[in-house]
Amino acid sequence: MENTKKNTIVVNPVTRIEGHGKITVDLTDDGAVDRARFHVTQYRGFEIFSKGRDFREMPVITPRICGICPVSHHLASAKACDAILGVTITPTAAKLREVMHMGQFIQSHALSFFHLSSPDLLFGFDADPAIRNVAGLAQEYPDLAMAGIGMRKYGQEIIKTLGGKKIHPWHSIPGGVNRSLRPEERDGMLAALPKLKEDLRKALDLVKNYLAENAELAARFATIETSYLGLVKDGNLELYDGRIRLKSPRGRITDEFDDSEYCTHIGEHVEEWSYLKFPFYRPLGFPQGSYRVGPLGRINACDDISTPEASAELAAFRKSTDDGMVHYTLYYHYARLIEILYSMERLEELLNDPDVLGSDLRITGNVTNREGIGVVEAPRGTLIHHYMVDDKGAIERVNLIVATGHNNYAMNRGVEQVARDYITGPDVKEGALNRMEHVIRCYDPCLSCSTHAVGKMPLKLEVRNSRGDVVRTVIKE
Amino acid sequence: MAKPKLASVWLEACAGCHMSFLDIDERIVDLLGKVELTATPITDIKIFPEVEVGVIEGALGNEEELHLAKELRERCKILIAWGDCAVFGGINCMRNFMPAEQVLKEGYVDTASTVNPDGVLPRQDLPALLPQAIPVDRAVKVDVYVPGCPPDADTIYYVFSEILEGRIPTVPTDIMRYD
Ligand code: SF4
Repeated sequence: MENTKKNTIVVNPVTRIEGHGKITVDLTDDGAVDRARFHVTQYRGFEIFSKGRDFREMPVITPRICGICPVSHHLASAKACDAILGVTITPTAAKLREVMHMGQFIQSHALSFFHLSSPDLLFGFDADPAIRNVAGLAQEYPDLAMAGIGMRKYGQEIIKTLGGKKIHPWHSIPGGVNRSLRPEERDGMLAALPKLKEDLRKALDLVKNYLAENAELAARFATIETSYLGLVKDGNLELYDGRIRLKSPRGRITDEFDDSEYCTHIGEHVEEWSYLKFPFYRPLGFPQGSYRVGPLGRINACDDISTPEASAELAAFRKSTDDGMVHYTLYYHYARLIEILYSMERLEELLNDPDVLGSDLRITGNVTNREGIGVVEAPRGTLIHHYMVDDKGAIERVNLIVATGHNNYAMNRGVEQVARDYITGPDVKEGALNRMEHVIRCYDPCLSCSTHAVGKMPLKLEVRNSRGDVVRTVIKE
Repeated sequence: MAKPKLASVWLEACAGCHMSFLDIDERIVDLLGKVELTATPITDIKIFPEVEVGVIEGALGNEEELHLAKELRERCKILIAWGDCAVFGGINCMRNFMPAEQVLKEGYVDTASTVNPDGVLPRQDLPALLPQAIPVDRAVKVDVYVPGCPPDADTIYYVFSEILEGRIPTVPTDIMRYD
């Protein structure tokens, strides 16, 4: 069907995601969906501009990749630097890093759920955009809105306490951390947790009810069967430091490897229509080796969760299918809340551990290895930093695989599926476009930002012919 | 009186400046009562209407970003450059000592895990990189500068409060930072 004249619907930009993306839907002349794609339209070039810098600067440079999960980059970077120094950091340093990491998971996941996604679930995809947002939420469900703001604030305060500021903190350094935790700070963090857990339970009930009441939608919406990837420690869900595991769609453990071996297992494919690459599992090739990461990826990849309440919730989660593998994309939201619960419980464990108040913070060293790899779970999925340095420590090469990339293939498939379900010609309803955008938001590829449409929502559609000329522009005010 | 309208956009940026705005926490409810958010990355409005206040986070690094900066400049009365990237070009300028083509090649061909034997570079349906990443005021006039990476939530709140009082703010040195 080479010569079919196509019309193209463009949604640009996709809002409420981090960074710049757009969706194009190509229609055949009789109005059917021919192809739909999610393009990432920005590239900044961190790989190149880090060259020549001293590797010790990387934990400060790389967080600027993302202001929503800067802590993930900060930690992955610090771990890569530890590897270059060839040191194992002290228990206090490792636990303090993990404390900050849990703060980040709580704030980022809270933002994604409360500020962003809950309005779509509570008001419906077709609701008036004027209320389908966090301002509407604040009016209709003030307790839930304030719970969300409070949970995010709690996580951000933890980051600030250790790292000096909420966004782009400086706490981790090659070989450890630069500041200890004071007893009164720890006590404050612990005291606030019970109320937050209570708030979280209510959110969990809300999601579970929603998924039960909309079981048919949940089963269909952008659902695809993929493999899943995430860190595990002794088979348990792990966010800071573990082995990378890949599970097949049927729940078989396909592979498990150390982070230092990532490059022999993971490759990245390039398409000329997106600045975001497509990671895949090398032995299976692209696209067969595509997999998903993030909350659903991790929850599917692990055997269990090490903390009691989250473990119980995981068991309930898995009941929704026979083999325990959940492929429903809308379940990302549910998995995300289970991870907040785990983060709170894990935080409690860490804060009650005497090590966390220790003063043995840093191990010094010189460049021992010319290569360093650091991997953590970012809220959105597995994050990989890989540096090569000269013998003085100047950066020669950098490779970064950011969390959102792993989900690129799945996001594209999901968008296309929803387009086929809801679009039948160029006269498209706003709700259909919002559904395509919601596919992207399930994966929470950041913007994570809060508010949502306040006021009116004009929408611009360009219908283009096969030469790319705009033949019609539709603007809905 | 109708609420003043605000539009904001992130260009070559990390979203941290908008995140810092959210860090005003509960005060956001009060602020949203006083201004009308129009097109922003955190709402679903896609086109800038005429607004009182325009805010740019991020530098200008590709053609689309340049175009958006000009468009917002035309439609707003007061333009704020928000954060080090917008004010100075920020971290993005670190690529400026290389040709843009080489920047792409490094990212999409040479990186360790990339499998790209044909050397495909992203360009179809995508905005081309500018030769250099530049601060906003190299392309359009800026009225208010708020540096910081990101500016602190309190600083952001101060700037908006001043504008709502009808004043064009200059960030006082005690709450201004360059980082
Ligand atoms: S100034 Fe800092 S926080 Fe703001 S966009 Fe630039 S890197 Fe991000």
